[in-house]
Amino acid sequence: MSMSLITFYLFSAILLLSSLMVISTKNPVHSVLFLILAFLNAAGIFVILHAEFLAMILIIVYVGAVAVLFLFVVMMLDFKTSLEKDNILQYMPIGLLIGLVFIAELVIVLINTRLDLSNIQILSNPLDNFSDQSNTEAIGSILYTNYVLYFQLSGVILLVAMVGSIVLTLRDREGVKRQIVSEQVDRKGKIELVDVKSGEGIDI
Amino acid sequence: MNVLQSNFFELITIIFYCILIFVPLLVGVVLALYADRKIWAAVQKRRGPNVVGPFGLFQVPADGLKFIFKEIILPDSADKTVFLIAPIITLALSIAAWAVIPVQAGVVLANINVGILYIFAISSLGVYGILMAGWASNSKYPFFGALRSAAQMVSYEVSIGFVIVTVLMCVGSLNLSEIVLAQKNIWFFIPLFPMFIVFFISALAETNRPPFDLPEAESELVAGYQTEYSGMPFVLFLFGEYINILLMCAMTTILFLGGWLPPIDVYPLNAIPGFVWFILKVTLVFYMFAMVKAFVPRYRYDQLMRLGWKVFLPLSLLAVVLTSSILFFFKLAPGMS
Repeated sequence: MSMSLITFYLFSAILLLSSLMVISTKNPVHSVLFLILAFLNAAGIFVILHAEFLAMILIIVYVGAVAVLFLFVVMMLDFKTSLEKDNILQYMPIGLLIGLVFIAELVIVLINTRLDLSNIQILSNPLDNFSDQSNTEAIGSILYTNYVLYFQLSGVILLVAMVGSIVLTLRDREGVKRQIVSEQVDRKGKIELVDVKSGEGIDI
Repeated sequence: MNVLQSNFFELITIIFYCILIFVPLLVGVVLALYADRKIWAAVQKRRGPNVVGPFGLFQVPADGLKFIFKEIILPDSADKTVFLIAPIITLALSIAAWAVIPVQAGVVLANINVGILYIFAISSLGVYGILMAGWASNSKYPFFGALRSAAQMVSYEVSIGFVIVTVLMCVGSLNLSEIVLAQKNIWFFIPLFPMFIVFFISALAETNRPPFDLPEAESELVAGYQTEYSGMPFVLFLFGEYINILLMCAMTTILFLGGWLPPIDVYPLNAIPGFVWFILKVTLVFYMFAMVKAFVPRYRYDQLMRLGWKVFLPLSLLAVVLTSSILFFFKLAPGMS
């Protein structure tokens, strides 16, 4: 048993436990915090796989940005009511359905993928000269060449989502005074520098 | 057991290196706290701490001891676990980021290839300590402080990210040592001067320093997310905050001021060991941090958000486009010549 195996078991054990806690704690804020712990441990597993770029991106994007917004929303909820009713079984059918769909998808993928050796080589090593490149270079050189269209498409999808949420929430209210900084800065005609003599004062 | 034995020596050396980072860092924080108060006092024509020890140098350790012996008050309605974990997370994360900071050529605990991303990731995690503290206190002012702080840190992280991207395009590597070595000919704050300014101001906002210290604006929020904390947890927050400030100073040094490199590569200057230059530059940046605290009034919250999203974000985006275009058309990008 090597050291990396020990760390792998450590990370995956915490990952599984914290994912379990996400759905079993009663306090939603604790759930989100356990979710963040799960993300961090997944990043740890990425590091063991020598995919350090993916690990860091996972932390920056999911933990640093997405989960913060998540926590934001959950913290502002008044969840005292949801604490009282603890009938988890209420959502059991939907959970089971989603789980079944996932398992079915996994099975379909596994059936349709021919797992011969050459195939694995292609799947895990999409670049020929992967060994003499760093992780980041390898991802960059394949993401911005072969998959540039998909990359841009995902960017456009995010943009549409962003514009959509802005359109849904933006409303023009009347009678709101706004600060226009450029006008404030550019008001040379309205202010005047006066040299005041000491002891005499000045008339305005 | 065999694995543990073979890794035992490695473990000991790593722990030794950690102590080698941690102890100077603690001394640095104590000196930074002292310098912060002294500079602030000097700007306002006061004396500052001058009673405890020579020149008041022992004021900060004395304050620390006082806090350690004080009672830790747990608010009755607080979520006690999260309440106590929050300061620990803040301090641990701020120290963890120092693992990849190179203080001299080859002198770094973990010389990882994605060093700058690691620091970015760790510093983006820093917001959790504050959010958890604000929520777990179960009190209004801490909660408002935490919400403000989280929004502020997330906003300014975006522009910091783009500034880092402009630097990275000039370097061609995410490794912090290589970022420093790429500045052998010219420090990046000269060609990327606007980005240096953006980074400096964003670093102020990211570390909740004045003039962006809205999360703990005492005139509005008592002490923000720290309101309910006392004794040791409060000290942990304070230390975490100052280690983060020093980290941002070190980041500015590495990204823009040439890290451990001497200003000119001539004899008497390059005979001085690199870490001395590094510490000098970090001190200089910290001096600027302290001066800003002393003479800039606090921003209003909407002004803060406007600066982050409407000024810095477009500016840094433009800089990314401009830098990449210039590097591309003049064939200056690394690996293009």
